[in-house]
Amino acid sequence: MEQFLSSFFNLEIMGRYLPKILSGMWVTAYLALAVVLTGLVTGLLLALVRTLHVRPLNWLIVFFVDVMRSVPPLVLIVLFFYGLPALGVPLDGLGSTWLALSFVLAAFAEEIYWAGILSVSKGQWEAARSTGLGYVQALLYVILPQAIRLAIPPLTNRTIAITKNTALGQVVAVQEILYQAYSGLSFSYNPSPLTLGALAYLVLFIPVVILGRWIETRFAWKR
Amino acid sequence: MSAADIINLFLNVSIMEKAFGLLLDGFLMTLLLCVLVVPVGVAGGVGIAVLWALKSRGLNRALMVWVDVFRALPPLVLLVFVYNGPPFAGYQISEFTAVVVALGLNSMSYYGEIFRAGVESIGRGSWEAARSTGLGWGQTMAWVILPQAVRNVLPDLVSNTLEVVKLTSLASVVALHELMYAARSAQQLTFNYSPLILAVLMYFIVLWPLVRLLSRLEHKKIAAR
Repeated sequence: MEQFLSSFFNLEIMGRYLPKILSGMWVTAYLALAVVLTGLVTGLLLALVRTLHVRPLNWLIVFFVDVMRSVPPLVLIVLFFYGLPALGVPLDGLGSTWLALSFVLAAFAEEIYWAGILSVSKGQWEAARSTGLGYVQALLYVILPQAIRLAIPPLTNRTIAITKNTALGQVVAVQEILYQAYSGLSFSYNPSPLTLGALAYLVLFIPVVILGRWIETRFAWKR
Repeated sequence: MSAADIINLFLNVSIMEKAFGLLLDGFLMTLLLCVLVVPVGVAGGVGIAVLWALKSRGLNRALMVWVDVFRALPPLVLLVFVYNGPPFAGYQISEFTAVVVALGLNSMSYYGEIFRAGVESIGRGSWEAARSTGLGWGQTMAWVILPQAVRNVLPDLVSNTLEVVKLTSLASVVALHELMYAARSAQQLTFNYSPLILAVLMYFIVLWPLVRLLSRLEHKKIAAR
């Protein structure tokens, strides 16, 4: 037991690596926020473009969504990290993790918004248009508010799941929590930094998971 | 960089041909992981949902903490911990076991939440009708409630299974020779990105039908409302 504590909960080593883990928490938090912002906005834009019903454009969007949903995010991150600089796009580990996860979130978000838009019945479109609202007005003032309300619970869960993927940035040397914890483990040859890293994730994400659960019940569609 | 250079670096057919055998071996390992992790996750998830339905307050609180902890920890963090922790406590753990344990723990929490929502979606009438015909609690659960629950949450179950299949790519981080690891090794051996593109193609070809099915199921669910 004592040996267990000294290897997994070694306070002295934890204290030594706490500043590193804290700086990792900061990186994880802003990377996650950036992904949420770009992902959700891009997804909404794609769904709006899809309502225009331009065939070739819609095929392109569906293809993009399907690829992003079927390829593991880790594969995308590694591909962007090595491939894009070779194509002349200067992108570091942080940039490629941000881009890959934003694409993945945008794809999932597009599907969810689109499902929400489809679920608003056609009569609503017709009623809105017949009162003299233009296409854009009907979309923005009548259809979208209802669609987004429907989209919130599934979107919250998906967003949380994808923000946790920021840990994948460790593979391309993004200095987030896992990277700091892992290098702490290698330097000290003690797993306490890893325990501290896991705790840091819990501190960051348990509130988000609980919030997600609350939003899910709060916005649940009453039958 | 000219178009020919780009094709040579990303879509080099002769390199893809050479790497294909290696990637196919990796793919088989990916498949083996799925065949183990998905049943472990589903079984654990059903277990969580059944225990939840017992409505014992203390137990439910414990289950919620368990599920939330494993949903809050990124799967890669769990994997790194499960793989690197035990040697310090005097146990050796193989890459394979570590991946199955970590992904199993992660996916059973997600499956558990889905099955729980399914069981809760079944009205009290079903319970009462089944119990009044003389079925016991366990029988009612197994033959009346769970089958209906599964039907109600089928799109979520398919969606989560898709996520679990993609998660197996994390095994490359602990050097288990699955598809992603094979692609990276081939990339490093050939100084060429074509093996990575080949891996993207393989994941896409295998999972695309599942993504299409999922899209159809989700739209059907909305249309039904």
